[in-house]
Amino acid sequence: MDLSFGLDATLLARIQFAFTVAFHFIFPAFSIGLASFLAVLNGAYLWTRDEAYLRLFQYWLKIFAISFAMGVVSGIVMSYQFGTNWSVFSDLAGPVIGPLMAYEVLTAFFLEAGFLGIMLFGREKVGDALHMAACLMVAIGTAISATWILSVNSWMHTPAGFTMGENGQFLPADWWAIIFNPSFPYRLVHTLIAAYLTTAFIVGGVGAWHLLQGRTQNRGVRTMFSMAMWMAALVAPLQIIAGHEQGLNTYEHQPVKVLAMEGHFESSQDGIPLILFGIPDQEAGEMRYKIEIPRIGGPILEKGWGASLDGLDTVPRELQPPVEIVFWSFRVMVALGFAMLGVGLWSLWARWRGNLYHAPWLHRAALVMGPSGLVAVIAGWITTEVGRQPYTVYGELLTADSVSPLAASAVGASLVAFIVIYFTIFGAGILYILKLMHHAPERGERGMDDGDGPIRTAGITPGNVEAPDHNPHPAE
Amino acid sequence: MEISFDLTIAWALLLAFAVYVYVVLDGFDLGIGILYPFFPEKQDRDLMMNTVAPVWDGNETWLVLGGGGLFAAFPMAYAIIMPAVYPLIIAMLLGLIFRGVAFEFRWRATSRFTQKLWDFAFICGSVAAALTQGMILGALLQGIEVDGRAYGGGWLDWLTPFTILCGFAVVCGYALLGACWLNWRIEGHAQHQVRVLARIFGFATVGFIAAVSIATPFLEQEYFQRWLAWPNVLEVAPVPILVVGLVLWLARELFTDRNDWMPFVITLALFLLCFIGLGVSMWPYIIPTEVTLWDAASPESSQLFMFVGAVVLVPIILAYTIYAYWVFRGKLRHGEGYH
Ligand code: HDD
Ligand code: HEM
Ligand code: HEM
Repeated sequence: MDLSFGLDATLLARIQFAFTVAFHFIFPAFSIGLASFLAVLNGAYLWTRDEAYLRLFQYWLKIFAISFAMGVVSGIVMSYQFGTNWSVFSDLAGPVIGPLMAYEVLTAFFLEAGFLGIMLFGREKVGDALHMAACLMVAIGTAISATWILSVNSWMHTPAGFTMGENGQFLPADWWAIIFNPSFPYRLVHTLIAAYLTTAFIVGGVGAWHLLQGRTQNRGVRTMFSMAMWMAALVAPLQIIAGHEQGLNTYEHQPVKVLAMEGHFESSQDGIPLILFGIPDQEAGEMRYKIEIPRIGGPILEKGWGASLDGLDTVPRELQPPVEIVFWSFRVMVALGFAMLGVGLWSLWARWRGNLYHAPWLHRAALVMGPSGLVAVIAGWITTEVGRQPYTVYGELLTADSVSPLAASAVGASLVAFIVIYFTIFGAGILYILKLMHHAPERGERGMDDGDGPIRTAGITPGNVEAPDHNPHPAE
Repeated sequence: MEISFDLTIAWALLLAFAVYVYVVLDGFDLGIGILYPFFPEKQDRDLMMNTVAPVWDGNETWLVLGGGGLFAAFPMAYAIIMPAVYPLIIAMLLGLIFRGVAFEFRWRATSRFTQKLWDFAFICGSVAAALTQGMILGALLQGIEVDGRAYGGGWLDWLTPFTILCGFAVVCGYALLGACWLNWRIEGHAQHQVRVLARIFGFATVGFIAAVSIATPFLEQEYFQRWLAWPNVLEVAPVPILVVGLVLWLARELFTDRNDWMPFVITLALFLLCFIGLGVSMWPYIIPTEVTLWDAASPESSQLFMFVGAVVLVPIILAYTIYAYWVFRGKLRHGEGYH
């Protein structure tokens, strides 16, 4: 059997990397937001001693544990994929990005992993205060992790602060310039907000589903839906602004990527149109069936109404990224961004009218939008990464020159293994998460010592749940 | 003031430390998976898994530090080794995925059947990870073909009797570590059973250590020189002598049932000595007889930048790791778990 499927090793390595990183990123996007949400819930519970918060904390903690575990195992794969799939890249760029990734391990991964056990299982062993500290450490750890890895990734888009060694290696010259490379602040803000939005919409979707099931009196359900909708209403507009700013930054440093995102095959004089839709045909170098608004593209790029633009026709074909992919993934992300804004505004309206918990159409919309963050996040990454092609280090190192000297069949075989195993394992994980979401947060919600099965019922039970004033209430 | 130490050596030591910590921490953790088949009862399995549930993630992070540190401090070695043992790395990663998710999924499975399935995934994943780690070590020791700055061999070059021997040696060693850990952390009939297993895997591990030690000097002329030629043999002799001493002590502890934690500590020391032995063989190479530590080193500015952070952060990490272990200390009983 030919396991290379007639593809060359570079393409297979790219598909494999893209597949594993996209799968990986689904979980961080959710865990980064959820870790902060849990810290907020726990803090709110300790502050107010309102049982609804504790109930929600225990409820989402179980989901967090599963999502986090999947993030960890798929992340370990990523840290080795640099060497297995991109060994030449690793050798050449290692002196610059290696230390950043080592710092990620030292400052973030250990912090998350070290305090995760206490966060999950330790409340009654260490007491409320230290348990809260552990929740904070995990939340901070996820954010630190995002910071370092995005610095690495941004450096690959806007490399800075290095010199070229005679053996072809990138040598660090100025660490400050490397870490705070030009696109890093934008990417960090946009991605962190993306993680919070992703979580908000998942939480909101679950809340909406339970509201639609008629659980409108369950305080846990109400609280989670309300919190999620506040997040959506406040953060979605910020995300659109952050995305716009990032687009401007990208236009400055990687103009070709922006041309691909916006589908400008042709140069334009006297006003840049904004292409809304069309079918890109890269071989012919034109946009078919396009619907465009004349002249408005200029101000969006902060260039003025009558500006002109050099299109992709001024860029050699071999230096253009695959336009179809970038053009569509960008549109998916932006459309979802505006849809999120729409839901946020709608919820404000419902809140103002006082029927946030009794607005079935809003709840249906929120339910449908539940996974939208995940889709937008993946679409965003595809825009960014495919738009960087044909380079791994933009303008400096070609993807074709980065790949490991591997036989195509070896990469093909492992790609098949990854696909089969990821779909099985992560499919099961997502099923378990959905199962947990299926039941509503109850009074006396248990934490990780979930009460089915003889062993776990006898397990350690958080004292405060069983305290007399929080006895299960028959009305719920 | 003259800086009297070499950053490259400092990094080599730091990485060796990270790998050693990984081997002992994830060693007992993987060892539990390897021992699972000997405990068909769900109750026992729950208990065994609960001894590591709060800490397994931290244990595995040392592997990320090992890989990440190699990437950062010796990028050329990372770039050569990873493609050279590509199938092994992929198999190890997939194994780690299976066993990692089993920690969570096992408790969420509703039917007896799916629960058994995740137990099976936990076993296979643990065995696969241990086996491939041993084989990667063997492949490194037996030598990797280098072409310029890249790997120059085929994609199955690593597959030899020696690497298979090393693979089984590590499986056995991890099982021993796991058994000693459980001996410390559980009680009752299950503890009795792990003690018996510790004796069996103890014997097997000693056999494997002997076999690998005998085979190694014949892999490369340089190893032979280092271990068996006069007068080097006098310098390195303490390693095997200490190993023999520790083995005798371990046997005594395992057969006399005095201290529950002592066999674990002795096993750690045994692993440390094997590790030192490995260092003696490999020094000063990072890829034996082809690439030295200095050939593969990243520039000083990279190593220094990281070293500053590592010196500050590693002690802090050790401190809160120890704290996490302390929080979940003590014997675990049936019916008492974190899940
Ligand atoms: C914006 C955030 C982000 C991005 C772009 C990535 N990751 Fe990630 N990663 C995380 C955010 C994160 C996290 C939130 O920190 C995770 C998710 C769940 C977790 O356990 O930590 C994580 C886990 C995680 C782990 C396991 C850590 C542990 O043992 O606890 C590794 C080794 C990696 N990642 C490596 C990578 C690599 C090599 C990436 C690039 C190709 C990557 N991650 C992209
Ligand atoms: C932040 C850390 C990341 C780093 C350092 C990184 C690095 C890389 C590298 C080395 C490649 C291979 C070379 C190439 O084909 O361009 C690549 C490709 C790719 N990455 Fe990223 N990546 C990161 C995060 C992500 C994330 C989180 C996603 C999506 C979820 C992603 C999506 C992709 C895709 C889709 C490709 C394939 C592009 C193509 O080959 O056409 N990346 N990235
Ligand atoms: C209308 C609103 C949005 C605009 C204008 C926008 C703009 C952009 C642009 C221009 C990029 C590519 C930057 C580059 O390649 O350097 C990008 C990437 C990205 N977007 Fe968006 N975006 C929007 C909404 C969203 C939403 C709602 C999400 C997720 C919830 C999201 C998640 C991402 C992610 C994860 C990336 C890749 C990482 C990065 O480069 O920062 N975006 N976005």
